[in-house]
This record gives sequence, structure tokens and C-alpha cells, in this order.
Amino acid sequence: MDFRFTVEQEKFRKEVADFLKDEISKGLWKPSCDAWIQGQDPAFTKRIAERGWIGLSWPKELGGGGRSAVDRMIMTEEMLRYGAPAACHWFADRQIGNAIIHYGNEEQKKEWLPMIMRGEAYVGLGLSEPDAASDLASIKTKATETVDGYIIDGQKVWTSCAKYMNYIYLIVRTDPLVPKHKGCSEFFFSTKLPGVTLTPTIDITGGEAWCETFLDQVKVPKTSLIGEKNKGFYQVVNQLDYERAGLERLMGNYVLYDAIIQFTKETKRNGQPLCKEPSIRGKLAQLQIELEVGRLLTYRVALVIDEKRAPNLEASMAKVYSTAYEQHLATLAMEILGLYGSLMEDSKYAAIHGLAPASFLGSKGYSLQAGTSEILRNIIAQRGLGLPA
Amino acid sequence: MNLKLTEEQEMLKSMAKDFLTAKYPKTVIKEIQAGEKGYSLGLWKEMAGLGWQGLVIPEKFGGNGMSFQDLSILLEEMGRFCVPGPFFATVLLGAYPVMDAGTEEQKQEYLTKIAAGKAVCTIALNEMDGQYTPGSIETKAIADKDDYIITGTKMFVPSANVADYILCVARTSDKPDGISVFVVDAASAGLTSTVLKTIDSEKLCEVSFKNVRVPKRNILGSLNGGWQLIEKTIERAAIAKCCDTAGGMQQVLEMTVQYAKDRKQFDQPIGKFQIIQHYCSNMAIDVDGLKFVTNQAAWLKSEGLPCAKEASIAKAWASEASDRVLALAHQIHGAIGVTIDHDLQYYTKRIKAAAATFGDAEFHREIVAQQMGL
Repeated sequence: MDFRFTVEQEKFRKEVADFLKDEISKGLWKPSCDAWIQGQDPAFTKRIAERGWIGLSWPKELGGGGRSAVDRMIMTEEMLRYGAPAACHWFADRQIGNAIIHYGNEEQKKEWLPMIMRGEAYVGLGLSEPDAASDLASIKTKATETVDGYIIDGQKVWTSCAKYMNYIYLIVRTDPLVPKHKGCSEFFFSTKLPGVTLTPTIDITGGEAWCETFLDQVKVPKTSLIGEKNKGFYQVVNQLDYERAGLERLMGNYVLYDAIIQFTKETKRNGQPLCKEPSIRGKLAQLQIELEVGRLLTYRVALVIDEKRAPNLEASMAKVYSTAYEQHLATLAMEILGLYGSLMEDSKYAAIHGLAPASFLGSKGYSLQAGTSEILRNIIAQRGLGLPA
Repeated sequence: MNLKLTEEQEMLKSMAKDFLTAKYPKTVIKEIQAGEKGYSLGLWKEMAGLGWQGLVIPEKFGGNGMSFQDLSILLEEMGRFCVPGPFFATVLLGAYPVMDAGTEEQKQEYLTKIAAGKAVCTIALNEMDGQYTPGSIETKAIADKDDYIITGTKMFVPSANVADYILCVARTSDKPDGISVFVVDAASAGLTSTVLKTIDSEKLCEVSFKNVRVPKRNILGSLNGGWQLIEKTIERAAIAKCCDTAGGMQQVLEMTVQYAKDRKQFDQPIGKFQIIQHYCSNMAIDVDGLKFVTNQAAWLKSEGLPCAKEASIAKAWASEASDRVLALAHQIHGAIGVTIDHDLQYYTKRIKAAAATFGDAEFHREIVAQQMGL
């Protein structure tokens, strides 16, 4: 056992942290919560790409960094710690690249991976539909094969990257006559194709991180099919593990965690800083304890990935735990702020930039997106503990 | 970063499992708990034969010179089997303090006996208020020529009724930190132990010191410098308790999942019902979380690295996660889990009792708060 990182890993962590701190001091962006999903900044994505930090853990033969999943996790930990606006490339880097690497053909790898690594692809995830979310196999958006390609028609909801999206990953129905999960396929293509319309979804926080995607007889070439036709449902399972595997589930609101601690050090009540009050000390210590548990559960996922095993069980455990933690963080921050917890970011007298109410509202989605905690508990129980399906 | 054991550690773990499976079935534990001593002398000697009491004791004193992390593996297995007796006290509260602060003569005297299975040790630390602060210590040790005279009442002393040596934490000065640790021969005149009736049948004792005479040379460490040694001992014992709890919780999870697969109601295994599945998933997350923070603290301690924050994170988590796991285990087991004949009750009682020892969750949260600079 060893709970430390190597000298090289610590050096890398410092390199990432120093870079981010430098950018903050130059005023290039401000640390924010959920910046990995709400913070779209194409210029930032380009600068990250220039440092070779997109595709960090992809094979060297394919132009990637060839580094471990643990190394990537170290990088993402710093990105989250400093609330960096990495949303444009996050999904491509986290899961779409891996989908292409596992199931794409040589041309697709040669064309798409470098594009993602150059920071030029802002990929949205087109999975959920109005009537098919947890029940992904019930998707209705269809792709009809033609002589030179497919015609895609239907609707997706909660597509990430929203208006910044220039490429979309889609899972659609290619055979309506076979059992549902045997007739789906994965596609990847430019959102600039005729027939693609994006309509922003305004979420409970007022943010526009997602959109609805309408596909109206969109003609896509054969080369946009990833892997095997009708094998999409089996292919996407692995991708979902990556989607659930990360520290963004635990540290998306690290900026709030930092800020509320600082707030209690700087704010006085009854002649002493809030952080001297026993109940507040207990609450903040509890957050630190819960954060550390989550951190180890999540690094464990990276270790499993580096052993070349699918982290189906481990990623599910980490996400269920982590999203509950972030909801707890938001709740405790609101408790500490009292009435000030109701003031939004642009209000006079807003406390800690209104991070607490924004996190509180946004956190309602964490235990739902990328696999609800209920679905994940099913996976843990059935795949992990062997309980009967 | 690496969560795997070495080959030697895997061997230690499997040998421990084999021994404990053979020697500590629940029928044996039941007998031991009902008895006066709270342990089996025969099995104690067998453990010594395996080198367990001396696992971390340096080889020159007859020990195996292994690490705290190695010991943590053994402790986890003992927790998995609910092994009763003075092993924990002897090693964590006897051997380790002597290794930390003893003179060469003291180490030679006590560690050799402990490694050979010839001495049961414990620490008399808590007083009536059941807290873990120097201010709680009222038991006094007053100098009298070449001796000290100890008077006071100690509480919750593990296995004092069978101990050969009791490390007594006593006040030797009026300054708040004026604490010294004395190695007291348990057969001393004026020392009486009364076994308390505890939830898990562990032999915790009230130990009364009435003018107990102890030679000056039996001070462990420095006069009035004892609290630092005690803090270190508490920290290490807290981590060790987490190991015990982690082993127990892992066993509880496995028992519960098996029960959910076996027990049928409404024509199906109850493990098919979604709520039972979700309860089990919640338990699995808590158990893995505990294992990781415990292993982290144990590893840091073993490497001699600072671990105050991590030790307290582990102990606070152990105290509360275990409560959740036990509650769900009982719900899933239904009525059978509330009988004295079912195995679950051994774990419920042992793990619950452990939660308050060496600092409860609140105590450790305060340490974490201090470590956070609050």
C-alpha cells in the first residue's frame, strides 16, 4: 500500500496548479463552481490543448499523452480545485475520446482524436430523450440507413456543451424490429450539418449548460458511425463508467468549500470568528472528513482503470457517494450563511458571490445526471454484490 | 498510489484467517465471553506461538519486527472474527508505549515477556468523566523517597482483571499537563479491579488505586512528560480500533448480502427487492469508505509520517458509518438478527462499543477542525 503520489506526479500537480493560479492572477477567468460543465471558454480550452493536457491518458501511438488515469485525475483535481472553465473540452476528453479509441476505426481515430486534442471539438452528449432517460434503451431518435449514409431524426434533451457545441455524440435507434438494447448505434458528427437545431434549456440555477437538440432529417455520412451498427448499447456502457468515474462529482463545488471555510474565518459573531463556534467547527470538519472519504473512493476508480479493468462497480460507488457529499456541502453552506444564503450572486450584500444558493439549486441535479443514484445502486447491488436482478 | 497488499501481507492475512476460523468460531467466543477472564489462556499461548503478540516488537526482544501496517492487517482479521481478549490492550496500550518511551531495561523487561505471550498489559487512562483530556486526570502520584504513591479511580480499563502490568496515567504536578505514566505491577497492594458489565462483554474494569506504591524507575518516559506519550498512544489506538471496526463491518456486509440471497419471502429472495438492494449498496459504500481512510491512516502511521488529521478522519468516520451499516444490517436480517443466537449481535455490540473508545466522532471532528486551521 502507498497513499502518496510519486515525485513526478507531485511535480505535475504543481505544474497544473501554478498554471491555473497564474491565469487567475492575470484575470483570464474567475474560479467558479461547476466550471467543468457550466464554464465554457474556448480560449481556455485552446491553452489547455497547447499544453498537451487534453487526451493526457490516451495512447501515445494515437497522439495522446500516454499517461495513467491517476495522472489525469491529478490534473482534473487541480482544475476543479481552482474552478477552471474546462467545459468545452471536458466531455470529449473524459469519455468521447475513449469511445473513439475503443470502437472507432483507423480513419476516425486519425481525424477526430487530434481535433479533440487541439481543443477544437466541443462535444455534446446526446443520450437522454424526453421519454427515455434512465431507461436509455427506450430511445426513439432514429437513424435510417441510406446508400451513402444515415438520416437521423428525433430529439435529445440535456445535451451538454449547449450553444458552444460543434460536435455531437449521439446514441440512436438503427433497428426498430429487434429487442430495444440490440438495435442502438453510436454516431459522432458536426452540429453544423443541416437539420440540427439547438434550443437552450434553462436549468434551476438560471444557467444554460444544456440544450435540447432537434434532429430534422439530418444526413450524416457512413463514417460518422462509431463501431458496429446495432452494438451501440453495449459500446456505451463502458463510456458511462468514464462519465461516472471522476472527481467532478466530488469537487465540482470545491470553490464553495474553500469559500465557506474562509468566510467563517473572516466573519465575526459575538466577538469571535464563526470558525470558533463549536457547531460550525463540527460542520466544517464533517465536510472535510466526507471529502477525504470521497477522494479515496474516486482515486480507487482511477487505479482500477489503470489495471485495465472496467470500473463498473467502483465508478458507481464513487458517484453515488460523491454527489450526496456535494449536496451535503451545499446544505451546510446554506445553514452557515442563514438569511444570507438566500442572496444570489448579483444581489447587494451577497455572501461569497452567491455560491451557496447556486450550488444548493444545482446540486439537485447531481444525483440524477450521468446515472441516477437509484440506477447506480442497482448496479452496485447486482453487478457488485451479486444480488439477483 | 497503490491499494494492494504485498505478498507477505497477503500471507499474514490468510494465515490469520485460517487460524481464527479454526480457533474462534462463535461457540468459542460465547464461552469466553461468559467466563471470568474474557480470554482463553490456551489460545493466547497459541497466538504467541504464531508471533502475534510480538508482531511489531523488535527482534532483539523476541518479536517479529514487523510494521504497524502489518499489525493493522491482523487487527482487521480479529475484528472480522470478533476475537475477545487482551490482545489489543497488550499490544496497543502496553507494548507500543514501552517501545515509544521505555528505557533499554524497561524494553528488555516488558517487551520480551509480551512477545513470549507471558504478559498481559493494559492502560489505566480514563477517569470517571470518560474523557480523553489531560484535565480529566485526577488520579495522583505523590513522590515518597524512591517511590511514588498512586491514589485514584480509573475507569473503562480493558482487561485489568487479568493484566500483569497496568500502565497508570497519573497527575504528578498541578500544571494542567503535569501527567506521568507509571508501569504498575497489577498484583500490587492497594490495587483492585472490578469488571463492569459491558454491551459486548469486553472486560472493561473500574480500577481502584489506594496508596499503590510504585518504584520511581517504573516511570515510562519523563516525569510530567507523560501526556505527549498518551496522545500518541490514543492516536495509534484510535487507528487500530478503526482496523477492528473495518474488519467487522466487512463481515457484516458479507453476512447481510448472503442473507438477502438466501432468505425468501413472497416467493423470492428478499435480495431481489429494490430497497434491500439499495440498502446493501449503501452499506458497501460505507464499508469501502472506512477501509480506505483506515488504511490511509494506518499506512501513514506505519511510515512514521504525520497523520493526526487522517487518524481522526478515520475514527470519526468509523464511529458514524458503522452505525449506519449496523442499522441496515439489522433491517435486512429481520427478526432473526435480533436474537442472541444469531451471529450479527456480536458485531453490533463490539462495533458500537468501539465507537466511543479513544475519542468518539465529536472528539475527532474537533481534531480535524484544528488540523484545518479553524
